[in-house]
Amino acid sequence: MHSRTKRLLTLLLGPVLLATAAGAWADLADRSKINMSPGVTLLGKDIYDLHMLSIWICTAIGVGVFAVMFYSIIAHRKSQGHQAEHWHEHLGAELAWTIIPFFILGFLAWPAIHALLKVYDTDEPEINIVVTGYQWKWKYDYRGEEGVSFFSNLSTPKDEIHGKAEKSEYYLLEVDEPIHIPVNTKIRFLITANDVIHSWWVPALAVKKDAIPGIVNEAWTKAEKVGVYRGQCAELCGKDHGFMPVVVVVDTKEDYEKWLASKKAEAKKVRELMAQTFTLEQQIERGQKVYDTNCAACHGMKGEGGVGKAIAGSKFAIGPMEEHLALIVNGVPSTAMQAFGGTLNDLDLAAVVTYQRNAFGNNMGDSLQAVDVYKFKSKK
Amino acid sequence: MGQIDKKGDKYIVAKLFVGAVGMFAFALFVMPPFYNLLCSWLDVNSPRLNAKQPYIAEEVKVDKSRLVKVQFVTINNAGMPWEFQPEVVSVDVHPGEATRAVFYARNTTDRKMTAQAVPSIVPERAVEFFHKTECFCFTQQALEAGKDIEMPVVFIVDQALPAAVHTITLSYTLFDVTATMQTAEVAKTN
Amino acid sequence: MAHGPAKGLSRWLFTTNHKDIGTMYLWFSFAMFLLGGAFALVIRAELFKPGLQLVEPEFFNQMITMHGLVMVFGAIMPSFVGLANWMIPMMVGAPDMALPRMNNFSFWLLPFAFLTLASTLFMQGGAPNFGWTFYAPLSTTYAPPSVTFFIFAIHIMGASSIMGSVNIVATVLNMRAPGMTLMKMPMFCWTWLITAFLLIAVMPVLAGAVTMMLMDIHFGTSFFSAAGGGDPVLFQHVFWFFGHPEVYIIILPAFGVVSQIIPAFARKPLFGYSSMVYATAAIAFLSFIVWAHHMFVVGIPLAGEMYFMIATMLIAVPTGVKVFNWVATMFRGSISFETPMLFCIAFLILFTVGGFSGLMLSLAPVDFQYHDSYFVVAHFHYVMVAGALFSMSAAVYYWLPKWTGRMYSETMGKTHFWISFIGFNLTFFPQHFVGLAGMPRRIPDYNLIFADWNMVSSIGAMVYGASQVLFLFNVVRTIVAGKPTTEAKTWDGAEGLEWTVPSPAPYHTFSVPPEFK
Repeated sequence: MHSRTKRLLTLLLGPVLLATAAGAWADLADRSKINMSPGVTLLGKDIYDLHMLSIWICTAIGVGVFAVMFYSIIAHRKSQGHQAEHWHEHLGAELAWTIIPFFILGFLAWPAIHALLKVYDTDEPEINIVVTGYQWKWKYDYRGEEGVSFFSNLSTPKDEIHGKAEKSEYYLLEVDEPIHIPVNTKIRFLITANDVIHSWWVPALAVKKDAIPGIVNEAWTKAEKVGVYRGQCAELCGKDHGFMPVVVVVDTKEDYEKWLASKKAEAKKVRELMAQTFTLEQQIERGQKVYDTNCAACHGMKGEGGVGKAIAGSKFAIGPMEEHLALIVNGVPSTAMQAFGGTLNDLDLAAVVTYQRNAFGNNMGDSLQAVDVYKFKSKK
Repeated sequence: MGQIDKKGDKYIVAKLFVGAVGMFAFALFVMPPFYNLLCSWLDVNSPRLNAKQPYIAEEVKVDKSRLVKVQFVTINNAGMPWEFQPEVVSVDVHPGEATRAVFYARNTTDRKMTAQAVPSIVPERAVEFFHKTECFCFTQQALEAGKDIEMPVVFIVDQALPAAVHTITLSYTLFDVTATMQTAEVAKTN
Repeated sequence: MAHGPAKGLSRWLFTTNHKDIGTMYLWFSFAMFLLGGAFALVIRAELFKPGLQLVEPEFFNQMITMHGLVMVFGAIMPSFVGLANWMIPMMVGAPDMALPRMNNFSFWLLPFAFLTLASTLFMQGGAPNFGWTFYAPLSTTYAPPSVTFFIFAIHIMGASSIMGSVNIVATVLNMRAPGMTLMKMPMFCWTWLITAFLLIAVMPVLAGAVTMMLMDIHFGTSFFSAAGGGDPVLFQHVFWFFGHPEVYIIILPAFGVVSQIIPAFARKPLFGYSSMVYATAAIAFLSFIVWAHHMFVVGIPLAGEMYFMIATMLIAVPTGVKVFNWVATMFRGSISFETPMLFCIAFLILFTVGGFSGLMLSLAPVDFQYHDSYFVVAHFHYVMVAGALFSMSAAVYYWLPKWTGRMYSETMGKTHFWISFIGFNLTFFPQHFVGLAGMPRRIPDYNLIFADWNMVSSIGAMVYGASQVLFLFNVVRTIVAGKPTTEAKTWDGAEGLEWTVPSPAPYHTFSVPPEFK
């Protein structure tokens, strides 16, 4: 009687508990992904299928092995009075579990080799993009598209990182300038690095390739769905390794053309701006933006220094302007101070020099124009 | 204690230590040159092939029926402020044809600097079919402050290049070797 | 001859007794385990929730580097050397290790190596911050000044490991009791013999790698710098030529421990002794020819990817043989579940899970998604923690009565096991999920989609950490106040020469070689 009630209760409660657990699990799984995504490329789908195949094969083997083990644990217990047998060899069994795994491995290796061949495909791409890893940002260079070359920096505000503001949906996965690629188009990435080894990873595009200084690696993708896809640097590259995300916008072909045209127009505008003269205030305003994205990581938001020297009261920032500019353009060899002459345009160089001389308590009151930088660079 | 076969001990211990020292020497003196060798046999895309001897063209037979695009990419390594770019973005070449490309460099600083360009070729399977008969990367480039230079490379794409390869990318990374100029010469020989 | 230990400090400083040296190794490695664990807890505390709360990214990188180095070279490796020191002479019926004075020296090198390494934390520029794999050029051109001390420390610990291994090989080969042929040796001696050969082969390669780094940093060579005709990728080849055998150096002695303990509590001889030996040798051999599977995304040629993928997959075969043999050992035995057995069963399950994720990682195209993500972190912790450390816990409980002549508290031991088991799985199972969802390893901060599982993982780490305090307490309590046990054979199913001497094992055992049946 008693045991029947218990069984009844179990029968009733079992499904309820199971459903609650499943619901909670689905909720959690919904909020935080727990599996690889097939992504938006055919190759990504192949990789995902291979991943699932290997999981199921492993699960099947695991269930088999552990079933036998738990059977012994339950049935062959000393406390149950089970007497140990004394055999300790069986040639047939040992041969079987040496040989059968080869076939299982073959079953996995076949699709893996197939997918690998696709990864190494060398069909003609329509667009080539040079991706260069820097400490701690990415540079993108569209080959053959004059002026379409830019840096992509983390755009998450410092306040969010330090818990002074609420974190947004794309916390640490957002950049100031994402790269755009057209949908259904084969894109080739030529991946390299400026300083240490980085690794360019976008899970949804099924691309991960190391960026190594002195070596150019290639990877390709062909996205089949319009959208924004995010990834991160995957190889430890120093202090801000966790703060150099990758954002790829897959556009329709028309939108991509529009974006490309706007980038080219922007490049043209910069060339025009180079010829203009700006007021001190305008230069400071532009310079602050340049400083925050390029200098602040090492020299501090208030020029107080950090990995790099303090800029507040620095002998360069309050010394002769040309030496100050030369320092930024050429860097300091064998230190973390890199040469910005090649990474910033003349306009930004002039602005950031002006800003540094007129911020953080440095009060020089002088300003520099793009044309001065151009003259400085071509003087010698 | 340990009175069992002390002589055998010494023998084994000596052999094991010789083995350990041998493995150390192997790592230090065999692995790097062996890696070079392996890279050039397997045509791996490695900067260690920089010191590779110029290719000597045996017979010139140009395959006019096929065009291969050769792209040029230039990269400045950290701390290298020079201006550095190819004269053209890409050229179309016939396999077997010797082609000359020019790269432009200018020392923008106010001091004399020495640079080393390190070539890299993709796709990987094109490496063994891309021959440089003349290259500025075989030597270092020293430039006085503010001076510029045009640096040539002459290359031949082998006719045996697999049909699936349509584009070859030749890229150069420019390194500042002013400080390590002398020692780099020594290291190259290992 | 039959004198007891010297008194006071000099007993430990100048001892040549294998039991004393084994004890020192074990305590040293436990101290390093706690230190490395403290570093791990700093990491997990920072990763408890998104945002930077406790440490700066710079210091976070130092923590991940020191955690890896201290755990691999300071905790796991010396703990198994300690176990070998204690048990191998007693298992083969030898009075001591073959080279007792070198034994003392190889131990006393270790504290200096780790003092040097730990001191880098207080240096200008901080401790090494380039990960325990120290890839060039991050570890050469871009390294903090303390890298030189790091190189020095690696050299010293390498020398210590090589001397320890030479000693073990000489002991196993030359000092076995009459009648004990190689194929009659306890499995633990076999796995250690093979491990020792691996160590002698690859520790010098690691020394070579750091020497090349040293020369690149201070003497102007260019082994790893592309500018001077070197190649940063060469560093990775040299490192993993050491690094892959290294993971078997860590796991093979654990296989040996499990092969001793499972038969004891199943009361049935080890199944397939000879196939176990051959499988171990096969794993050791394969470990030398698969290193580049750590480098699938570096950009190696297609043929290379295929070769390294298939060679790596083959390792599943001998590893599978071992797991099947252990299960077959338990089958139709008479099993009881004391603490050592519980740890071994957990080892069997969790190591197999780690093996499965290893097989998945070997598939090169899929590795493009797994590589350097938390999936890899989960994988190697299943092998290192649930593999090596669980078997080490099992070994301590199994042999503690022999070492101390006192019985540990079974209740506390089982509590330690269950807390460890739950804590471990809470910590590392969710890391598979975040890795697959796209979280890279070695980052101090992350997006909100990874937040839930990271919190679970951090809680698990605290639980696992806390259970080790209980472990320490249980061991100390046993030594001071455990129930005395004098019978030679603590466990009724245990076999082997070590169970023929009284408990606690006298300071000198087998001064006269025993007769082995």
